[in-house]
Amino acid sequence: MDTATLTEKVAAKTVPIYIMGKKYEVPDALTIMKAMEYAGYQYIRGCGCRGGVCGACATVYRKAGDYKIYTGLACQTVVEPDMYLTQIPFYPANRAVYDYETAEPTPETVYKLYPELFRCVACNACTKVCPMDVEVLDYISALKRGDLKAAAEISFDCIQCGLCASRCMGEMAQYHIAQLARRLQGGKLAPKAQHLDKMCGDIEGGAFTGMLGDLKSMSVDELKKVYTAREMEPHMGADEWTPASSHGLA
Amino acid sequence: MKLGYYPGCTLKTKAANLEVAALAALDRLGIETTELDRWNCCGAVFSLADDDLIHQVAPIRNLIRAAQQGCDTVVTICSQCYNTLARANKLVREDDEKRDTLNLFMREEPDYNGEVEVVHYLSLLRDRVGWEKLREAVTNPLTGLKVAPFYGCTLVRPLEVAVDAVDHTILEGFISALGAEPASFSAARECCGAYQMIAHPEEGMKRAAKVIAAANHSGADALILSCPLCEYNLGTRQGDVVAAHSGLDQVPTFYFTQLLGVALGLDPELCRLDLSGPAARTLLTERKYIAAATA
Repeated sequence: MDTATLTEKVAAKTVPIYIMGKKYEVPDALTIMKAMEYAGYQYIRGCGCRGGVCGACATVYRKAGDYKIYTGLACQTVVEPDMYLTQIPFYPANRAVYDYETAEPTPETVYKLYPELFRCVACNACTKVCPMDVEVLDYISALKRGDLKAAAEISFDCIQCGLCASRCMGEMAQYHIAQLARRLQGGKLAPKAQHLDKMCGDIEGGAFTGMLGDLKSMSVDELKKVYTAREMEPHMGADEWTPASSHGLA
Repeated sequence: MKLGYYPGCTLKTKAANLEVAALAALDRLGIETTELDRWNCCGAVFSLADDDLIHQVAPIRNLIRAAQQGCDTVVTICSQCYNTLARANKLVREDDEKRDTLNLFMREEPDYNGEVEVVHYLSLLRDRVGWEKLREAVTNPLTGLKVAPFYGCTLVRPLEVAVDAVDHTILEGFISALGAEPASFSAARECCGAYQMIAHPEEGMKRAAKVIAAANHSGADALILSCPLCEYNLGTRQGDVVAAHSGLDQVPTFYFTQLLGVALGLDPELCRLDLSGPAARTLLTERKYIAAATA
C-alpha cells in the first residue's frame, strides 16, 4: 500500500473551528487542547495536567447562531464544528493573605478577608459558566448565611480555573473564597480522622522500621522476588478484602 | 397547600434569636413548614430604581426555588426579607414587561409569574392560627407585661405589602394574645435609624433616640421588634444611644418571636436570650415568666 492510499484511509474527518477568531480545520475527534496543538499552538503555560483536574485550561466558546456562552476544559472537551473559542488560562483574582494557624473557623473570618462576598446579586453567571457544574451561587449564598460546611461541600468539585471570577458582577473571586471555606471547614471544624492519627503514631512508634530495614538489606534479586510475590488487592473482589498478612499493623 | 419557609441570612447567623423560637412555636401550633432547600440572600433592600432590574433577580430567584419545591406560599420571619420578597413579587405580578425581562435573564430557571404568595410570620399567626386560638395555646401568659410594638418601616411600608393594611393593629393583637398589654406607643412606625447608624451615626442615633424616648414615655417594660437591623440600632446600640441623649432610660428589646416562645411555654433556651441584651433575660426572670435557673 503506498503512502497516499494510507493517508486517505486513516485521515480523520476534519471540522472547522475558530481559535481566537482564526479558522482552522482540525480532526473532529480531537480535544480542544489537541486541536490547538494540531493548529500550531505550542503550550508553554495553560496546559496543566491534561487530565481534567487542575483547572489550567479553562476555555470559553460560542456556537454559531447561539447567544449562550459555553465553557469546558480544553483537555477534556472535544471540538465541535464552528465553535469559536479562546482559552483563559488565567484571570486576575486576588487571594487574601491570612495566617491559617490563627484564623478562627467562623463566618466572620471569611467576611473580613473577603467583604466583597456581599456584592453578590444572585445573577448566577458564576454557576452558568462553571465547567465543573459547581453550583457557585449556592456556595456563595451559603457563605453569606455563615454556613461554612455547606460552602465546603457544594464547592468540593472546584478546580480553581477562575472562570466564575471572570463573570462575576460583584467582581469577587468566588473560588478563592470557597478555598478559604474548605480550609476552615476541613482543617478546623470537620471531625479529625482518628485512623490517620493512629497511623502516624504507629509510624513514629517504629511499626515499619524493621520492615524497611529488611528491605534495605536485601539484594536486588531478593527484592525482585519479594516484589513479584507480593499480595495484591484483587481487581474484582468482594467489598471486604483484608490482606493475609498485616505486616505487624494492628 | 405547601408552606415554604424562607429564613434569610441574618437569622442563620446573628439573629438566631429571631428564628429558633418562631419555628418551635409553629410546631406547637400545628403549622407545618419546610425550609427551602436552596435559597440565596433576598436582596436585603428592595431597589427603588425603576430600571434596576438586576436587584430583583435575587428575590425572584428565591420565589422560583419555592415554586420548584411545590410551595404555593412562602413565609418569612425577618421583616426586611418579607418586604424585599413581597415587593419583588408584586413587581412581577403587575409589570409584564419587567417580568418577561427577568424570566429571559434567568433562562436557566423555570419562568416565574408571581405564583407564590409571600406572607410574614405575623400574618400567618393572625390569618391561619387566629388571635383567639393563639390565646388558647398560651400556657404562660405574660400578664402584667407592658410591651411597645415596634413596626418600623418594612412591616408596614409601602401599604400594598403592609402586614396590617386593614386593621393597623397586628402587633397589638399579637401582644394581647400573649396575655401582655400593648403600650400606646407613638413611635411604632418610625424609622429605627436603619443603615444611617453606620453611614451617618449622629443622624442614625437621633432616630433611635426618638424611638427609645417614645417607648419610655409609653411606660413600656419592653420593646418588640421583627427586624435584625432594628435590633442592631435599638438593641445592640441602645447603650450608645441612651448615653448620647439625656433623659432616656434603657428598655429591654426582644424579637417578637422570643416573647411568643416564652408565652407558649417553650424551653427558654429556644428563645436564645443569650443573643439578646442581658436586660431581656433579667426582665423575664424578675417577672417570673421564666425561671432563673433554666434561663
